Amino acid sequence: MLGRRIARHGLAMLATVLLGGLLSATLVRLAPGFGVDEQQLDPHLNSESIQALRQARMEHRNIFRFYFHSLQRAAHGDLGTSISLGQPVSALLRQRAPLTMRLVGIGLLLSWAGALAMALSAACLRVTAYDALTTAISGMFLCIPAAVLALLSVLWNVPGALAIGLIVFPQVYRYARNLLAKSYSLPHIITARAKGLSELRILFWHVVPVAGPQLLALAGVSVSIAIGAAIPVEALCGLAGVGQLAWQAALARDLPLLMNLTILVTLVTLLANSGADVIGHMLRGQEA
Amino acid sequence: MRILRRNFWRNLACAILLAVVGVSVAANWLAPGGYAKQYREATDAGPTRQHWLGTDEIGRDRFARVLYGTRISLLLAPAAALLSTLMAALVGGLGGYLGGRWARGAMAVTDLFLSLPWLFLLITVRALMPLNVSPLASVLVTFLILGLLGWTSAARVLCSTAGSLRESDFVRQARASGIRGTRLFWIHVLPNLKPVLYAQFWISIPAFILSEANLGILGLGVAEPMPSWGSLLKELEGLVSVGEEPWKFVPLLLLVVVVTSFQLVLSKQEEVSA
Repeated sequence: MLGRRIARHGLAMLATVLLGGLLSATLVRLAPGFGVDEQQLDPHLNSESIQALRQARMEHRNIFRFYFHSLQRAAHGDLGTSISLGQPVSALLRQRAPLTMRLVGIGLLLSWAGALAMALSAACLRVTAYDALTTAISGMFLCIPAAVLALLSVLWNVPGALAIGLIVFPQVYRYARNLLAKSYSLPHIITARAKGLSELRILFWHVVPVAGPQLLALAGVSVSIAIGAAIPVEALCGLAGVGQLAWQAALARDLPLLMNLTILVTLVTLLANSGADVIGHMLRGQEA
Repeated sequence: MRILRRNFWRNLACAILLAVVGVSVAANWLAPGGYAKQYREATDAGPTRQHWLGTDEIGRDRFARVLYGTRISLLLAPAAALLSTLMAALVGGLGGYLGGRWARGAMAVTDLFLSLPWLFLLITVRALMPLNVSPLASVLVTFLILGLLGWTSAARVLCSTAGSLRESDFVRQARASGIRGTRLFWIHVLPNLKPVLYAQFWISIPAFILSEANLGILGLGVAEPMPSWGSLLKELEGLVSVGEEPWKFVPLLLLVVVVTSFQLVLSKQEEVSA
C-alpha cells in the first residue's frame, strides 16, 4: 500500500517535471528575442562565423527538438551553459545550492518554532486578548511584501535565514492556529480537559494525532513558500544562493538558466509535498 | 457586542479604502505637477511646504508619485483579480461542472502551476517578456502576468465547489427535467458559484498588490518613470537607517494599511460566501 503510494507520487512527480520542463522550454522558445545573439553584431566576426552562430541557433527552432536535446544533455549531467554568467549551469547550482538549502532550512525551523509556539499558546490559553495580539502580529507580517522584509533585514543587520523565517511565519501561523483551535474544541478533548488531564497529555495524545497529518501537509507547502522567499532575501541581502541566481537570470533574460532552475524548484517542491504526504500516510497507518 | 465591534473594524476598513481610492483618483488636482516633473533645484530634499513628502534623487515630488502610484496599483490590481477570477471560473468552474476527464485535466494543469513557488513563477514569466518596454506597456505586462498566473488556487476551490454542485439534488432534478448544457450551467450552477467567485476576487486583490510590490522592488515590475507601490518601495534600498528619512516609509505604511483593510473586508466576504 505504502509502496504503491510512493510509486504514484514518483510517477506524478516525473510527469509534472517533464510537463513543466516542456512548458518552460516552450515559453523560452516563444519568448521575444529567442535566437538573437549579441555576438552576431561583433564586427570582428566574419560572415562564415556569423553563419555558424546562426546555424547553431537554428537547431533550437523546433520546440520538441530543443526540449529533447536539453533532456538528453541533462541525463548526462550537462544542464547547459548560462548565457549571462558564461558558466555551466550544473557548476553554478553546485556552488549556490548549499547556501540556499541552509537559509531555507533555518528559516523554516525558525518560522515553524515561532508559529507553533504562538498558535499552541493561543489555542491552549483561549484568552481573547492574547489571540487578538498573536493574530495582529502575524497579520502585520502578512501585509508586508517579502521584498520589504528583506530590505528591512539588511537595514537592521538581521540574518537572511531570519528574514525567510519572518516571511513564512504568518502563513504557517494562520493555518496552524485555525487547525489547533479546531482540534482543541473537539468534544473528546473538552471532555479530557474536564476530567483533569494535563495539558501536555492532551496535546500529545489527543491534539497531535488529529492535527498532525494536516500540519505535515502544511510543512510541505511551507517549503515552497520558503523557496519563493529566498529570491528577494538572497537578491536584496547580497547572498549568493539559488534565489539570487534566479533573480540575476530573470534580469539578464538568461532563459536556459531559468528553465533549469524552474525544473529544479518544481522537483524540490514536489518532493517536499510528496514526502509530507507519504509520512502523513505512514503515521495514519501506525494509528490504525 | 462582538458583532458590532467587528462591523466597526470592517466599516472602518471600507472607509479607509474609499478614502485612499478617492484621494488617488483626485491625484490630478492634488498634485498638478504630475509624477514625472523634476524639480532640479530640490533633489533628494526632505518634506517642505511645496513637497509634503520631499523629493527623490532626481527631484520628483514624492507625494505626487505616491498618489499616482496608488492609483495605478489600486486600479490594476482589481483588474488583474477580475482576469484571474474569470480564468479560475473557466478552468476550475467549468472543469468541475463537466467532471470526469475534464475535472482531472483542469486539476492537472492547476497542480502544475501550483508546484512552483508564486514569486519564482512570476519572475520567470516576467523575464520571458521584454524588459525594456515603454512604462505603460510594463504596467500592462506586469498586471496581465499577475492576472494570467494567479488563477490556480481559486480554480482548485471552484473545481471542488462546481463538482459538488454538479452532484447536488437541485441540479440532478433540473437535469431530469430536461435542462442541459449551457442553460443548466448559466441558470443553476453559475449563480451558486457567485459567492465563491466574489470571495476569490477579493482574496486576489491584496495578493496581487503585494506581488506587484515584490516585483517592483526586484526591478521586474513597472518601469520608470511610471510610479507604482513596487517602484516607490524600491527607494528603501538606499536607506542607511530607519530614523534618518522616515517619510520614505509612507508608501510602505499606505500599502500595509490598504492590504490590512482588504483583509478586513475579505473576512466579511468570506462570511457571505459561507
